[in-house]
Amino acid sequence: MKIGILVSEGPYTHQASDTAYNFVKAAIEKGHEIYRVFFYHDGVNNATRLTEPPRDDRNIVNRWSELAKQHNLDLVVCIAAAQRRGIMDENEAKRQGKNADNLAEGFRISGLGQLVEAGIQCDRLVTFGD
Amino acid sequence: MTDEMMDEEGVIKKFMFVNRKAPYGTIYALEGLEVVLISAAFEQDVSLAFVDDGVYELKKTQDTKALGQKNFSPTYRALEGYDIEKLYVERESMEMRGLTEDDLLVDVQVVSSAEMADLMAEQDVVISF
Repeated sequence: MKIGILVSEGPYTHQASDTAYNFVKAAIEKGHEIYRVFFYHDGVNNATRLTEPPRDDRNIVNRWSELAKQHNLDLVVCIAAAQRRGIMDENEAKRQGKNADNLAEGFRISGLGQLVEAGIQCDRLVTFGD
Repeated sequence: MTDEMMDEEGVIKKFMFVNRKAPYGTIYALEGLEVVLISAAFEQDVSLAFVDDGVYELKKTQDTKALGQKNFSPTYRALEGYDIEKLYVERESMEMRGLTEDDLLVDVQVVSSAEMADLMAEQDVVISF
């Protein structure tokens, strides 16, 4: 089955991102295709590489980056939601005249159309949020 | 071209956006509306559901001056211009909050929670905010 994922909450405060991660891993192990993981609302905070949790805790951001690398996942961060919350890639930081960027490896920034398109293309769109 | 590819081309799915939160206090209603507007460009069969505190999103005469936030409620009136005309409000949520259809700023279809469940069951994609 072709599955799209929507993550609408940030890391640590909510369990949504953890559950989405476990779901994606399990789905891949069962042979399903993960078409895209889309991060919206505070979910865009899952994409900042400046995250530095205590050593005995999981690193939610790095975990997504590693999974993306292993399975060639398409991790997409909503641009409008990201701009509101200070998540930027190099290009966007330049364009906005910012002196830093923070998008973690394996993520890309794009528009909301990517979420709607995932809904159209996938057999299931599964939301992880509040 | 395989049959599957042909199906993909002109595919129209039933999308329902479920609005559950009050318009202010959290950003879900505003960012949810942004998704609804984008979806109009994809020529899908779009409907909106308003349940729980989400019914407040459609309340007439919203005044956000004291909040220091933008009043985005006029956007719901513009949805018609995007061919988004199926707006369903759950009767139970509305009545529980002392609202009637006259309190709402757009024409809606008021449905029971059982009818709303049937509508949701018909959808291909349900995204809730």
